[in-house]
Amino acid sequence: MSKESERIFVIGYVVITIFLILNMRLWQLQVLQGNKYRELSENNRLRIISIPAPRGILFDRNGIPLVKNSPYYCASILYGEFDKGKVDLLSKVLHMPVEEILEKISTEKPGSFIPIRLKEGLSFDEVAYIEARKSDFPGLVIEAEACREYLYGTIGSHIIGFLGKLNPAQSKDPSFRDVPPDAFIGQWGAEMLFDKSLRGIPGERVIEVDSLGREIRLWKENPPVKGADLRLSLDVNVQKEAEEAFGERAGALVAIQPDTGQILGFVSRPSFDPNRFAKGISYADWIALIQDKNKPMLNRALQSQYPPGSTFKIITAIAGLEAGVITPETKVECRGGISYGNWHFGCWRKEGHGIMFLHKALVESCDVYFYEVGKRLGIDRIYDYASSFGLGKETGFKLVREQRGVIPNTKWKEEKKKQKWYLGETFNTAIGQGYVSVTPIQMAVMISAVANGGNLYTPQLVTDATPILSGKINVKYETLDLVKRGLFGVVNEPGGTGWAAKSELASICGKTGTAQVVAMRGSSQQDKFRDHAWFVAFAPAEKPEIALSVFVEHGGHGGTTAAPIAKKAIEAYLKNTKHINQEHDVTNRSQAD
Amino acid sequence: MLRIDRRLIKNFDWITFSVVLIIALIGIMTIYSATRPLAEGENSQFYLKQSLWLLIGIIALFMVVSFDYIWLSRVSFLLYTGGIILLIIVFILGKVGMGAQRWLNIGPLSFQPSEFFKLIYVIMLSHQLGIMNGHIKTISLFRLFFLVVLLPFVLLIKQPDLGTALIILVIFFSLILAKGLHRKITVLLVIIGLISLPFLGGIFWDGLKDYQKSRLIAFVEPGADPTGIGYHISQSKITVGSGKFFGKGYLNGTQGPFRFLPEKHTDFIFAVFAEEWGFFGSFVLVSFYIVLILKGLQTARNARDDFGKFLALGITFMFLTYFFVNVGMTLGIMPVVGIPLPFMSYGGTALLSNLLSVGLLINIRTRRFELFH
Repeated sequence: MSKESERIFVIGYVVITIFLILNMRLWQLQVLQGNKYRELSENNRLRIISIPAPRGILFDRNGIPLVKNSPYYCASILYGEFDKGKVDLLSKVLHMPVEEILEKISTEKPGSFIPIRLKEGLSFDEVAYIEARKSDFPGLVIEAEACREYLYGTIGSHIIGFLGKLNPAQSKDPSFRDVPPDAFIGQWGAEMLFDKSLRGIPGERVIEVDSLGREIRLWKENPPVKGADLRLSLDVNVQKEAEEAFGERAGALVAIQPDTGQILGFVSRPSFDPNRFAKGISYADWIALIQDKNKPMLNRALQSQYPPGSTFKIITAIAGLEAGVITPETKVECRGGISYGNWHFGCWRKEGHGIMFLHKALVESCDVYFYEVGKRLGIDRIYDYASSFGLGKETGFKLVREQRGVIPNTKWKEEKKKQKWYLGETFNTAIGQGYVSVTPIQMAVMISAVANGGNLYTPQLVTDATPILSGKINVKYETLDLVKRGLFGVVNEPGGTGWAAKSELASICGKTGTAQVVAMRGSSQQDKFRDHAWFVAFAPAEKPEIALSVFVEHGGHGGTTAAPIAKKAIEAYLKNTKHINQEHDVTNRSQAD
Repeated sequence: MLRIDRRLIKNFDWITFSVVLIIALIGIMTIYSATRPLAEGENSQFYLKQSLWLLIGIIALFMVVSFDYIWLSRVSFLLYTGGIILLIIVFILGKVGMGAQRWLNIGPLSFQPSEFFKLIYVIMLSHQLGIMNGHIKTISLFRLFFLVVLLPFVLLIKQPDLGTALIILVIFFSLILAKGLHRKITVLLVIIGLISLPFLGGIFWDGLKDYQKSRLIAFVEPGADPTGIGYHISQSKITVGSGKFFGKGYLNGTQGPFRFLPEKHTDFIFAVFAEEWGFFGSFVLVSFYIVLILKGLQTARNARDDFGKFLALGITFMFLTYFFVNVGMTLGIMPVVGIPLPFMSYGGTALLSNLLSVGLLINIRTRRFELFH
């Protein structure tokens, strides 16, 4: 009896030991590792669903929308509820092969509560069909997403831009940290430039879910903040007219409001349809675009640099007058060219212009006259004036990496070519050939400064931006006035090379230019050897409201291909302004006539 | 028929009764929390059913206390035969539930005969041990094993009701150890056990159903099967651990009602409690069980006769095993064996059978001073 009691006593110790073991384990789980398990249980329970913020709308300067956010529909499947036997039927409805559906499903982890995206951009017919037969497809959900629609297609695509998913470099960039991994952000043009404010702030739904991922209740919701709308300085009418005027030709146009530096039109052709990027572009399509021999992704307004041709004579003329090497009355005889040493420098008009003075030399674009001005100035003085007009350096328009072009001088040649400067090269530079090269946007800024009395503005893209004065050119009013009169003559006087830009609507001032492709002068019938055409212009003459540069690749002579484009763009802009301020326009016309 | 003796009231074991009642009430609260409706329109009757069973169980408990337990010793053979017949009926007719045949339907009720059989078995075993004098002889040991233990063990394994089958073995070995064996027999048993272990293990393993095998695999390596039984274990640990020191608060637990933790109101109810009441509450709850068990041991020690002693001991071992294995599996230190936590897990038959067992404990304790009957 007592022995048995002793045994029971021993069992009591066993019980106490069990008590201690259980409590030690409880202490370990609940106190020592409690934080870890609490977090795991929260992860079980709470799911965060991001609500995308509607992106801000881009408008043109007159409030016309350029883009819209249109819904687009995606079919997704909830893995747990999907009936694999229905895959054949599903393949018919979604118009996608069975293997593709199975592959998409199999790559997903089982037990995942996130719907698996099967197909994006469903047609309305497909959506209607699925919605009507929802009970046939358990687990199939239609998700609506916003997709950017570019209302003008290829028109203005280089300046409006497009959206894309984060690229690998951006994913690592801390400034994109709060962008969800699958979100679309601005990758080109204004969409990229103003991405931060357009993007808005995505909202969040925190929901409590059960073990099957079913929503039990809403825990917390932060609504998304819509991105800010933005009024671009672009005038969509100018843009449209200009791009249509280009037709099939490649080239660029930059139109600027001379008093502010705001961009009114911005063309780079050939271009691309940004709507192709809206739902994510395939890798193959992207490569095809990049490798297209017509280079549609090249921003020709900022990234292509060519000799400015005769448009550069504006600089030479201003430099000559300001430096005092010529007066308006200085006469030079053109016999179709001059000889210098062993070299012959021809005028584009082989038979010669006869006696030339500044106004006539600008109007008829006489090369010999400007050879003489160049000779009197010397290359370094030409360089100084060209630089003061912003040539040879960036304009500061941060759309894409900008080319700087080249304005040569003696120092430049010594450094780059390890050679001394020859006078013949001054001749070439004076008429915008040879080493000198510029971008269309530089020329637009230059002609804009001529139009506004010597103020160099950094180009800007929004209407409410404060103008950024990047330089003030020290040039006498009389000098600019003389040159402007010359430019008016180019378009409006008999024998003017820019006659094709003459407009009934406004007094246009301009200057033609032809950039040689090969040293041989004259127009070749073969397109790829044809010269590039330039035209810089502003209007109305008295109080310029628009200044622009037009560049047409292989366009031949500037007067014939580039000038009509400039005219169309200017008219498109002024028609609108006329509408707004008719009285002002009438005054302009009476003065112009 | 019921004559209430004044001594009965005076000597009644109020501590055991109160502890059991508190645990059962905690159980009902926890069942409610674990199965509480999450959305409008949902409804859960589990806690109401359990309350009803508790009421029935308490009445049954008092009825059990009212007669002298020694009477059971006399009818033990009859009870045992009846119990075995019930197990056989279950085996033949039993409805399939949870991949095992455990339930019998009687009208609207379904009950688990194996729950009652445990008690009958303990009574039978106690009776057999009680009538033996001194140490158990080898021959009586084998007779006991083959006649009393083996048949129900095989029947339970076949159901299969692994939990109850193991309890049957554990109680047998604990009781014969308590009764006392000759050293020679003890050594012999250990040697036989060791030699036959791999052999028996193989038979045992082959006899297991797939879900039973996966439970054992998962216990050894929880990461091997994260969606199956390993998921079960890790979710149980998350549930317990996330309670931290003071718990999430009553009705604030999420693991159970949101269905992350399976079997939340039955086998894993301890986890649901631990989540809401934290270490503090768990410590108190574990202490209640320990008080109950120690009280049971004390009852055995002070029992009036051998039958009473073995009966009290057997019941206490049963509670101890259930409690330790259940809480142990909840805390991830025992393999997942489908056995409920006494007095807390949802299940009417188990609650009733456990309350009857407690009634017997109280009965034995109450009559400890009665020398003759």
